[in-house]
Amino acid sequence: MSEISPVAFYLFAGMALAFSVLTVLKKNPVASAFSLVIVFFSFAGIYALLGAHLVATMQILVYAGAIMVLFVFVVMLLNSDSPSFDFRRSPLIFRFAAGLVCFAMFVLFVKVFRETGPSPSVGPFTSAAVEAAGGNTRVISELMFSEYILPFELTSILLLAGIVGSVALAKRHGSAEKASSKKGVSSVSSR
Amino acid sequence: MFPAVEPWVVLSFCSAIFFVGLFGLLVRRNLLIILMSIELMLNAVNLTYVTFSHQLSSMAGQMSVFFIIVVAAAESAVGLGLVIAMYRTLKSVDTDEITLLKD
Repeated sequence: MSEISPVAFYLFAGMALAFSVLTVLKKNPVASAFSLVIVFFSFAGIYALLGAHLVATMQILVYAGAIMVLFVFVVMLLNSDSPSFDFRRSPLIFRFAAGLVCFAMFVLFVKVFRETGPSPSVGPFTSAAVEAAGGNTRVISELMFSEYILPFELTSILLLAGIVGSVALAKRHGSAEKASSKKGVSSVSSR
Repeated sequence: MFPAVEPWVVLSFCSAIFFVGLFGLLVRRNLLIILMSIELMLNAVNLTYVTFSHQLSSMAGQMSVFFIIVVAAAESAVGLGLVIAMYRTLKSVDTDEITLLKD
């Protein structure tokens, strides 16, 4: 852990923390979505600091690229001009209890992480070994197409199921479709 | 100028992000913000995996992150499809409005 730059880490971590709080607390969904983009970019920076270059690239491509575009697209599509005042409406005692429970769990986790000693370095992939084997991306690719080939192929089925499911959910069907087609026919015939 | 970054600092930062996401999940009523909170929690878990992968010099953590990112992409696509279906039915994305089975 000593090789990662503290200045860069604290910069990215502070940015991620501040903008994740903004994501949760902002009333306007568009503002939340753009705060979330900054959180994702900060996470990509931390991944790169930790030597996980392929994961950092995937983070920017998939999260900041695809998922956030999807979010912003849906927010714009729903045309919710009026900001949602749900945060104000949820009861104060519930908000307080949720905050207290989350903070207590956070303190517990920090305590656990702090008191567990330094774990032994078990694997063969030290940063020097990864560098010698041709870099992080090469090592991950070789693993992915040898040891992890079965889960890698299964993700294609998962993505196919995701595509079919989201199209089936977002498609206009049933009575609404019939009504609109009937309206189309009647408008044509009246013309 | 700064002390070196210890592993527990990175792990504590992950848990901070995770619990910010959990707080949003519990408190907010807007379905879009709830989905964003879930994304925050998934990201925090990913960073925990990468930190342990770095610490234990093992690649299993980074492989898991790859698969988690795929699952998260599928999850958010289906989740946003659900949001659109709900908005079409109820003209709202408020979770308090989902009372179709009540009456």
